[in-house]
Formats: sequence, structure tokens, C-alpha cells
Amino acid sequence: MMRKKMILMIGASSLGIILCFAASLAFGSRNISLDTVLHTLLAGGSSFESRVIRERIPRTVFSILAGASLGVSGALMQAITRNPVADPSILGVNTGASLFVVSGIAFFHINSASEYIWFALAGAAVTAIFVYRIGSMGYGGATPIKLALAGTATSAALSSLVSAVILPRTEVMNAFRFWQVGSVSGATWDGIRIIAPFLAAGLLMGIFLASALNAMALGDDVATGLGVRTGVVRLIGALAGVLLCGATTALAGPIGFVGLMIPHTMRLLCGADMRLVVPMSAIGGAILLTTSDILGRLIGTPGELEAGIVTAFIGAPVLVSIAMRAKVRSL
Amino acid sequence: MTKKNHYVEEGFRKRKNRFITVTFLLAVFVLMLSIAMLYLGNTRYSLSVIVRVLMGEQIQGASFSIRTLRYPRMLAGIMAGMAFGMAGSTFQTMLRNPLASPDIIGITSGSSVAAVFFILVLEVNTTVASIASILAGLLVACLIYVLSRGASFSGGKMILIGIGIQAMLNAVISYLLLRANQYDVPAALRWLSGSLNGIQSKDMAGLFWTVWIFGGLLFLLGRQLKILELGEHSAITLGLRTDQTRVLLVMCAVFLIAVATSVTGPISFVAFLSGPIAGWLAGKGISTILPAGLTGAVMVLLADIIGQYAFDTRFPVGIITGILGAPYLIYLLIRMNKSGGAA
Amino acid sequence: MKQTPYFTASSLVAGYDKKIIVNNIDIIIPKNKISVIIGANACGKSTLLKTMARLIKPVSGEVILDGKQISEIAPKQLARKLGLLPQSPVVPEGITVSDLVSRGRFPYQSFLKGMGKKDYEAVKEALDIMGITELANRSVDELSGGQRQRVWIAMALAQQTDILLLDEPTTFLDITYQVEILDLLTDLNQKRGTTIVMVLHDINLSARYADYIFAVKKGELISQGTPFEVITEEQMKQVFELDCAVIKDPVSGSPFIVPKGRHYVMVNESIEINE
Repeated sequence: MMRKKMILMIGASSLGIILCFAASLAFGSRNISLDTVLHTLLAGGSSFESRVIRERIPRTVFSILAGASLGVSGALMQAITRNPVADPSILGVNTGASLFVVSGIAFFHINSASEYIWFALAGAAVTAIFVYRIGSMGYGGATPIKLALAGTATSAALSSLVSAVILPRTEVMNAFRFWQVGSVSGATWDGIRIIAPFLAAGLLMGIFLASALNAMALGDDVATGLGVRTGVVRLIGALAGVLLCGATTALAGPIGFVGLMIPHTMRLLCGADMRLVVPMSAIGGAILLTTSDILGRLIGTPGELEAGIVTAFIGAPVLVSIAMRAKVRSL
Repeated sequence: MTKKNHYVEEGFRKRKNRFITVTFLLAVFVLMLSIAMLYLGNTRYSLSVIVRVLMGEQIQGASFSIRTLRYPRMLAGIMAGMAFGMAGSTFQTMLRNPLASPDIIGITSGSSVAAVFFILVLEVNTTVASIASILAGLLVACLIYVLSRGASFSGGKMILIGIGIQAMLNAVISYLLLRANQYDVPAALRWLSGSLNGIQSKDMAGLFWTVWIFGGLLFLLGRQLKILELGEHSAITLGLRTDQTRVLLVMCAVFLIAVATSVTGPISFVAFLSGPIAGWLAGKGISTILPAGLTGAVMVLLADIIGQYAFDTRFPVGIITGILGAPYLIYLLIRMNKSGGAA
Repeated sequence: MKQTPYFTASSLVAGYDKKIIVNNIDIIIPKNKISVIIGANACGKSTLLKTMARLIKPVSGEVILDGKQISEIAPKQLARKLGLLPQSPVVPEGITVSDLVSRGRFPYQSFLKGMGKKDYEAVKEALDIMGITELANRSVDELSGGQRQRVWIAMALAQQTDILLLDEPTTFLDITYQVEILDLLTDLNQKRGTTIVMVLHDINLSARYADYIFAVKKGELISQGTPFEVITEEQMKQVFELDCAVIKDPVSGSPFIVPKGRHYVMVNESIEINE
């Protein structure tokens, strides 16, 4: 029964990804017919349109990977903190990664994606731990409101530091300007190759943790009673979450809200079972980010609207509705 | 009995004296910083020259740099600081949460979006931008309030919704900045973190009157605000018309925030920090609106002086307040969470 | 001589959203007495109190004070006559005791005029009655639960109202403080003639301290009268669906209930206690 539903959902959504993939190759400042897309993919070609398509391939692959990573990262963070608003952008993880990368560019003269990634991961990890520590102090542990406020406030402070670092350095400012918004347009095969191992590791950890996370949803005491080592699960889950969003941020810049809304939507669609929610969040995230990227290209013609702006625009109302439905006491 | 009574009265008197002394000292501090703002610069003029220029005398060189450059900058610093400080303190007290300041719950971003749109994209003058900015601020405030009302109003819900709306608005600001005719760094920084650069006298009139009128009104509403702080039930019991009072307070605060934002941009953390610092200095018994406004002015002026003269690069004021504010913010979060005060 | 009713509610229906919690209650509060509202959890007793204190707008029916509907009395006017201590009031951070108590003087202040001599006197008197004058300049945050509750009552006293409503004033307090608070309220009633209406959880303490008891079940007033009239085995069975024995409180002589469970009930011995 369960397996049947699972196969059905994963099948349907995989089809969705394929459609997105095709659409992402076809649409843009120059729209190309699906025939041509298919022809180029299968038989190659050297026409102008084929070249456009080939240029769109890395960004499409990347938006699928990044979306999947952000979705799973959000699902993991929400599960281990047992908090509905845990999301890389709300926890300030993105800004933390930004600060480290910018400092790296300015003070350590790093200039390639393979160097960015270590700084981004370190920044993401430090900020996530910091915000969670502050947000979970005191009565009631990490309530949504405490966590969200700690994240927003920390983000505000960190972005001042980011400005202070880049302001005197024009070259950093230029490199940073578009990165700050969050976009998949700058993706290259080299970049994808560098972050791929991190994403793979994070995704695998997420899938292996799923059943332990199901137990954790019942509370730490119950989970311990069921034989789950909560400390270890939480540590690995946090590690995976940070790996996923940190690596994505290193290449794409901060893309908010995918991690927030996808797990929620998936829980609505397929229930609270993490064994289904984790893979479905990956697929959903991929679809969302790719669609946002396509939308951004269509709306922003002749230029394009960064995917990060589109996701923030779709995602913020989701946060608002979570807050509206929340019971006053649980805030 | 009489001795006991004396004890109570002495307590009241001591706290009142402390309040008055602190407010007075803050005012003196603002004055000193203002003089420093007029004095410091590429050329330093003597105090008598500054006074003569301000009295209207024409002095070669001094008149231009003092009256056209330094004086509007100083005035903008004072007024924006007052506006952010008073408005922030009002929101924090009303929602009983030091983190519920307009720059954290998205109201400032609302004003900022309108200001960016009208000034950078449509390139209209500041008056139109100010009005648009006020409307946008009010609209965002109403939206947050309506959305968070639902079955029962809760401050916590309101803050969370505000954070969501702010995220959305910040996306719009980023977009507008990237699409503006030319992406210039000063403009970007002003609208992202606030700056006093290039402010002219003609931009100041609106802000000046807003601070006097709506700041004054907030000051008069101080006692009502302190009753609202006791919570909805206690406030009604004490005979306060809570809905009306809240609307009035929010209106005043939003006017202050919006007009100040349209002139200087959203100067980080001033709205957020002024109230708690003023309360800590002046005590919590008496309404902290006025000391919070003065604290805001001190912060903006001091940060602007540091930003202009302390480093090789000239940093806009918002970056300095952002960095100086961070340690305090973290301290506040930790302390508040430990005492279980949040939401 | 028939006195006109002083503080009453008639055909009162109230609730939150669309859920009716108080269903058609008529109640006459005896003047200058201590009345206690009892009932099971979520029976509407607290909603009844809040509606009578105008914190909740009734769906229909009216609350009348001194011949006038309370919704028609100006808020500050009403606040001089009717005070309420909410169940869990919010303490502003860092405020001192006397500053908090002086907030109770708000209904007597105008837009421009602040605290006057009379106001300070009222604050001092309230502190004195509650026995917390020594705490006047301490921060409320530092006080214990019992002390805090006294501060809140002092604030309501500074309001100098004829009627004081209290929503579970003894919840969360140790038994020592519960008795202390109820004693202080009785002092207040006896010295100043303040009409006190409160919701209490503890039936035995209610029976001891109340002049008059109202019992509420599922939003309806099903029993009222003196403790001896209300606290009986039959009535308790009806209100709380609880089998119990009613004996005489060995200290005060008021009725005292002893609940019966399924276990540990003596069969052979009489459960009556002889005088």
C-alpha cells in the first residue's frame, strides 16, 4: 500500500522533473521549440539554437541539483530542530556563508569555486550553530518565533559586516553584486563538478537518516526509548543540512525559502513519513527552483530575474501562512 | 508607618530624578555631537565661524561647507535618529518584545521599497517619495496586522508574519537595485543599510516637521503606551481604549519610520537598539519615548562621525550602526531567551 | 426594603469566534460580599467573569452596573468602579513594584495630567494593605510568585474600585500563599466593603471564604446560594459529576468535600464525623 503510493508519487514527480528540464532548455530570452531541443540533445548539432541549448544545460542541471539540495536541507533542519520555520535563509545560514566567502575574496584572495566552497561551508556551519544556540536558550527550547528572530537579527548584523568588507574593494563588490541575490545563471560544469560530491554526501545522509527522524518526531525521550541515538542523529542531520545548503550557496548565492516551503508542501501531499518526505523534498525542490529560474527568465525578458528573487516571492507567503495557522502557544 | 511611606516616595523621586538626569545628559550629548559634526571635515572652522555662519553671515568657503554640506547632514542625523528611536521603542513596548522593532518586522522594508522605486526607478523628488514611502509603510503595517489578527491577536504571530513579509520586500529591493539605471554603490548602500551622504536642506523639511508632530504625539501618548504594555486584559480593565490607542501609536510610528527612511534609508539597528538602551539608562517606570529618541540621535551622529573619520574608507552610517549593534543584539537575545521573555 | 440590583448580567451569551461558551446566564452579584464562581475546567466560568469585566463582548444579553449597561459607560469611568485581575498578567521587564502599582491610577489621570498627590497616596495605601511596602523599590522580576500576586492585587487596589473581579488568583501558588491571598482579600472586603467576585479552583477554600457561591456547568448556571446551600453531595454530583462526602471543615465549620473514588472507601465504618 505504502510502497505503491511511494512509487506512484516518485514516478509522477520524476516526470515533472523531466518536463522542467525540457522547459528550462527551451524557454528564455530566445524561445526554442521542443523539437529542436530534443533533436539537439539526441543528435547534437551546430546551429545557433543548438549552442544556446548547450549553454542552458549546465544551469538547468545545476538548478535541479541545487533545488533538490535545498529542499532536503530544509526537511532535515525542520526535522532535527522539530521546528516548522527552520530553513537556511531564516536561520541566517546564507548570510553567514556570504560573509565568509566575501572575507575569503577580500582577505585571502580566493577566486575559484573550489575555494569558495570551503569558506561557504564553514560560514554556514558557524552561523547555523550560533543561531540555533541562541534561539534554543531558555524556556520552551527553540520555538519558531525565537529561532526566526535570532536568525533575522543575526542576518542583519552579518550583512552589515558583509557591506563593510566589500565597500572599500570595488573588485569584490562587482563579484559579489549578483552573487548576493542568488542565481543559478552562473553555473558551469567545473562548478558543478566541485560541489557534486558534497551534495551527494548530504543527500545520502539525509535518506539514511529518514527512519531515525521519524522516531525523533515523537520527541527525544520517546526516540531514545525506541533505541535511536538522538545526539548522533541530530549531529549527522545538521551536518548533512549544512553541507547541502552551504555547497549550494557557494555556487548560487543565497537562495531563500526553497528549504522552507518544499518540506511543508510535501508533508501536506504525502504525510509525515520522513522516508517519503526526504526524497520528495529533493524532487519538489528541484522542480521549484527550476521553475523559478524559468519564470525569472520569462518575466525578466530581455534580461532575467534571479531565481533567488522568484523563490523569495513565492516562499514568503508560505511563511506567512505557517505563522497564521500556528497555535499562539506554540510560537 | 511614616517612615515606610517615606521609603515609597523616595523611590518615586529617585527614579524620576534619574529619568530627568539621563534625558538631560542625552540631550547634551546630542548637542556636543552636533557641534562635532559641524566642526569636523576637510577644513575645520573655529566655533565662532560656525556660529556666525549659522546666524546667516556669508563667509567664503565656510558658508558652503557648513551650511550646504555639514548642517543638513547633522540635522538629518538628529532627526532620523530621533524618528527611528522613538518609533522603534513604541513598537517594542507595544508588542512587549525588544525584537519587535519595525526594522525587524518588515515595516521599514516596506517604506524602503517605495522609496527605492520612486527615487531610483521613477526618479521623482523626495516629497513624492516620502508620501509613497509613508503609504507603503502604513500598507505593510496594516497587512501584517490584518494577517496576524486571525482568531486572536498575538505578538508572536505578528513578528513571524512580519519576518516573512520583510523577506519578500527585501527581494524586491534587491531586484530594483539591480535593475536601476545605473547600479551605483552609494545608492545601493543607502537603500540597504542607510546613509547620510549627500543629503540636502530641501529634503529635510518633511522629516523635520514629522519628527516634531508625530514624535510629539508619541511623547504625549507615553502613558497610554505604558498601560498597553501590561497586556490587553489589564489595559482594558484600566479603562484604555486599546484598539484606538494601538492604531494611533502605529500611525505615528509608521509616519516617523517612513519619512526618515525616505531621506536616509533604513539605518540599521537604530530603531532596534534605542529603546532598550534608553530603558536601561533611564529606568523602566516612565515612558522611554523621549530618551529613546535622543539615544537614536546619539547613535546616528556618533556612528556617522566614526564612519566618516575613523577609517581610510568612508563608511555610511548604517554599516557602522550595524556592526556596533551586533554585539549588543547578541547579548540581548541571550539574556532575553534565558529569562524566557521572548514572545 | 428591596434594593435595586447592583451588578448583574441577564440572558448573557458569550464565547470566542462562533463557539458559545456562556449560554444564557442570569446572575446577580451580591453587593459588598465575596462571591466565588466554581465549576469544572472549561465550563465557562472564566469566560463569564471576563464578559462581566467587558474583556469579551457578549453575543447577546447584557451586563449591568448600577443601572447602566457596561458597554455604555466610558472606559475610564467604568475602570474606576470595576477592576479585574487577569489570570496571567504580563509583567513588563525591569519595572519596580511601586511603578507597576501606580499604573493602577491610570483611570484617574487625564491626557496631560500625570500622577498627583492623591495618586501617590492611593499607591501607598495599596502597598500597605498588601503588606509589600518594603518591596516598593524592588524589581517585580525578582519577586516570588506569591509576592508577585500581591503586587498585582495591589495594582487593582490602587484602582480603588467598588468591585474587584479575580480570575483564579491562587492558581500556581503554594498552599501557604493561597491562604494568605484569600485572607488579604477577606480583609479588603471587610475593611472597605469591596464587592469581590472570583473564580477559584479549590472547592473547599471557596466554601470557606465565599459568602455566596455560583456553580457553572457547560456554560449554564446550575446552582447558587450560600456555601451550605451549594456545597452538598447532590449538588456536587450534579456540577462535577463526582461522588463525594460533605463534612464539616474542622477549622472554619464550612462545608468540606471529600471525594469518593472507586478504591479506598470504607465499608464497615461510618464516614460521618461526629461533632
